Amino acid sequence: MLEAYFDFIRIRFLTMLAYRLNYYTGILIYSLNIGVNYFTWKAIYGQGESLGGFTAAQMTTYVAVSWMARAFYFNNLDREISTDIRDGSIAIQFIRPYNYVFAKMMQGFGEGMFRFLLFMIPGMALAMLLFPVQLPHDPAAWAGFLVMLFFSFLINSQINIITGLLAFFVENNEGLMRMKRVVVDLFSGLIIPISLFPGWLSSILKLLPFQAITYLPGSVFTGRVQGVGIWNVFGIQIIWFVILLIPLFWLYRAARQRLFVQGG
Amino acid sequence: MYHLGLLSEYLKNYMKTRLTYRADFWVEVLSDLLFQVTNLIFIFVIFMHTTSLAGWSQNEVVFVYGFFMVPWGVFACFVNMWNFSERYIVKGEMDRILTRPAHNLFQIFLENVDPPSLIGSLIGLLIMAVSGMNLGLPFEWWTIPALIVLTISATAIYMGIYTTLTALSFFSDAPTGIIPLMYNIQSYGRYPVTIYNRAIQVLLTWILPFAFVGVYPAGLFLQREEMTRMALLTPVMGAIFVSLGLFVWSRGVRKYKGAGS
Repeated sequence: MLEAYFDFIRIRFLTMLAYRLNYYTGILIYSLNIGVNYFTWKAIYGQGESLGGFTAAQMTTYVAVSWMARAFYFNNLDREISTDIRDGSIAIQFIRPYNYVFAKMMQGFGEGMFRFLLFMIPGMALAMLLFPVQLPHDPAAWAGFLVMLFFSFLINSQINIITGLLAFFVENNEGLMRMKRVVVDLFSGLIIPISLFPGWLSSILKLLPFQAITYLPGSVFTGRVQGVGIWNVFGIQIIWFVILLIPLFWLYRAARQRLFVQGG
Repeated sequence: MYHLGLLSEYLKNYMKTRLTYRADFWVEVLSDLLFQVTNLIFIFVIFMHTTSLAGWSQNEVVFVYGFFMVPWGVFACFVNMWNFSERYIVKGEMDRILTRPAHNLFQIFLENVDPPSLIGSLIGLLIMAVSGMNLGLPFEWWTIPALIVLTISATAIYMGIYTTLTALSFFSDAPTGIIPLMYNIQSYGRYPVTIYNRAIQVLLTWILPFAFVGVYPAGLFLQREEMTRMALLTPVMGAIFVSLGLFVWSRGVRKYKGAGS
């Protein structure tokens, strides 16, 4: 049975490989985004040394690594699921002998592997050529970052699957998906590190799952969080991973009972 | 007159299709606005940690962003060509367009009208008014006419750039990833260009003139003397880029061959 799920990873990886040309422009786009942020932050820092616990050099690294982490964890599972629902092909997938949600997760991981190898790593290399990014020397930071990056992927995919499954209940969830994307980008700390938000807002954001996607791994990588602290922030990620399983399975069960096909 | 009639027919059609998914319509409007709010939040958070961005105060930067939203909304409403390649070339819908009497580019604009985008323009005006008042900007006799001319010019620049890029899909078969690239470059134009290095400044002024859809025209209202000359150049840039766009487009259409079935 497990082999079948591995095949989902493998097949998605190969499919992505066939369209790899599209991702070369992706690398450029992400470098440009890093560029906009880099120059803006540079102007903000001026001669100042530290903002919200970030030095200017750490901020550059944070911006670069956050965007490149997004290059890895980003996927369109929400769109795929809502398309399956809208064209009715989900009915067929539900009667197949595998768990639909788990299979989607595996496909997402196949895409993630592709993005990691052919998007994130070359992108990071380019970003390091263009901007003064500083890589950590501490092996613990590297190990911590890579494990946390994997959980970023899991949590982001869970949120995507939840958004996609909501299509069962709202029929057309285009707006919902767009809103989710904006919320994730802003509240995960991709655009602004969470420690720079005003106090009341950052304390709210620390109670939400989004920080686990970008902010926490980025903090480990830039060396703002070290030693025992790494275990603490990793713990936050695990807690959110477990908590998000609850709405996921509840939605999946409810969806199976609610299924009505609009077309196809 | 004929074209205006077509526009109103298409708008009626648009309303009918959109009102089928009414709740979703409002969520979509809301999510667009949320996206704009994100950018504003970025500006506000930045200015919690600094008093000036390369010599620009918070109200000035917000004002520039407000202006930026106005032509962007107009462009997104009337000249949206997102997904052109997949929809018209890969699926062969261009055949249908070419057999009709109205101008082909005009029809494509009509089929993709998106009136909710104009809400963004209105909010942009509101932002300009509020930050302009905070700055104590004078309201001159030429403010409104200049605003109209500059908005049209900036929309023309967008239209020129995106029409040119979209027309490239007539020449190459591969769906290009250039357009999403542009959407990212244009965000450079929202901030005072002086914060970027020389190469990016030249790129944003003369090659992909996104500085002309945000910071330069806004500089006119902000009475930034170093930008007045550039602001007055905006209509010229608009004319140049729209002509370029139409030229490349008509070349491209001539090259178009149906995609089979």
